[in-house]
Amino acid sequence: MAWTKKHLLDIESLTAEEITTVLDTARGFKAVGERAIKKVPALRGKTVVNLFVEPSTRTRTSFELAATRLSADIVNFSTEASSFKKGETLKDTALNLQALNADFIIIRHSASGAPHFLSRVLNAHVINAGDGAHEHPTQAFLDCFTIREKKGRIAGLNVTILGDILYSRVARSDIWALTKLGAKVTLCGPATLVPKTFEQMGCRVTHDVDEAIRDADIINLLRIQHERQRKTMFPSIGEYTQLFGLTKARFAKIKPDALIMHPGPINRGVEIDSEIADCGRSVILEQVTNGLAVRMAVLFLVNGGKNLTETVS
Amino acid sequence: MPEATVILDALAIQRALTRIAHEIAERNERSTEVALVGIPVGGDHLAARLAKILAGIWNHTVPVGMLDTAMHRDDLDQRVAPTVHPTDIPFDVNGKTIVLVDDVLFSGRTTRAAMDALNDFGRPKKIQLAVLVDRGHRELPIKADFIGKNVPTSLDEKISLQLTEAGATKDEVILKKK
Repeated sequence: MAWTKKHLLDIESLTAEEITTVLDTARGFKAVGERAIKKVPALRGKTVVNLFVEPSTRTRTSFELAATRLSADIVNFSTEASSFKKGETLKDTALNLQALNADFIIIRHSASGAPHFLSRVLNAHVINAGDGAHEHPTQAFLDCFTIREKKGRIAGLNVTILGDILYSRVARSDIWALTKLGAKVTLCGPATLVPKTFEQMGCRVTHDVDEAIRDADIINLLRIQHERQRKTMFPSIGEYTQLFGLTKARFAKIKPDALIMHPGPINRGVEIDSEIADCGRSVILEQVTNGLAVRMAVLFLVNGGKNLTETVS
Repeated sequence: MPEATVILDALAIQRALTRIAHEIAERNERSTEVALVGIPVGGDHLAARLAKILAGIWNHTVPVGMLDTAMHRDDLDQRVAPTVHPTDIPFDVNGKTIVLVDDVLFSGRTTRAAMDALNDFGRPKKIQLAVLVDRGHRELPIKADFIGKNVPTSLDEKISLQLTEAGATKDEVILKKK
């Protein structure tokens, strides 16, 4: 199926077919990364701006490398070195970047909906690289890509997302993508971080970690987002690890072919035991490799959606 | 309902491929240097069929690969992104004579993209082009070395190749008005 969207703002507004198109396209781009010459001319002459108003290393680097491998020129723009410090608004910053004829703006922002806002005021393609606790669509693509590559399918699989769901944009994007593709999603974590309201997104909520991981084909661990928590959501890190961490004892009881995923950065010894993070069933580093492929696919597909008007969900 | 004409039936396709294979064999005396690279969709299956016929002529297997051209197209910012097909070149192209195989030769832009894409894998000694149908209307200075059938067409016509490998009930090449 052809991709016709000008921007990538969220997973919620995508169809299962559109998600599958991204995953299929990414397969071709993953192969490019395995060649001696890891570069194709698809975006030659295009300018990509990484507008990261919130710190990030892996997503920014991944987008930077993706754009480079597509032969685009890339400018990195981070909060520390920008005029945000001088009081410039997001809109003014973005319009200035557009005045430099940027073709793509990849934005990470602490405010949910910032990419949607930019897509309404700019002519450039806007790609959401994480907006507040709302969505992180390319993370969902790379998670789905990794699952499909390892398991051969997504429909019918039991996927457990464990950890800080409430503050996690990764969780929201993953839930949308996985449920649209037919997976059975279970959320688990402390009741303060995994409210029952998430059931409205079509997944199951439980606070019993042993039950949540028993039948899981995929266990996706999320980091505790200290920076987004305004008050204490659980008594201590030690207690969290004891009650919800993937310890060796819990790991011994999961399905023998279950895969361990984590969007990074991992807190070793908190949500995941250090040895488990490095074991053969952990696909954490493959997720990073696949992240590059899906981001190349997104830039490639969105580039073709230029003549169409965007429909915001 | 647009009018559709069968311009090559299963037997004619088979005959054309057999002739092309013999022409490839005649042109390339060093048979061990020849490898076929098909352009999907269509060319990849044709390349596999040609390799089979050539193996019979030369009494040795002929390497076959497939090469996607989507990422090397020159119209990427003028159209919806094309489908990316797999690329698989399971041999070293350096020093080889590569026969690119496509179903229909039209503007020549796919061939140009394919030559660029191939360069990323190394430097072939020669590149030759085999097509089942040449329909004219070239936009670039490109010409085929081996042609199954020349078909004069108008720009509002469309040529499609159906092959059993791709799930069709029978092999045929159809011409119809858009």
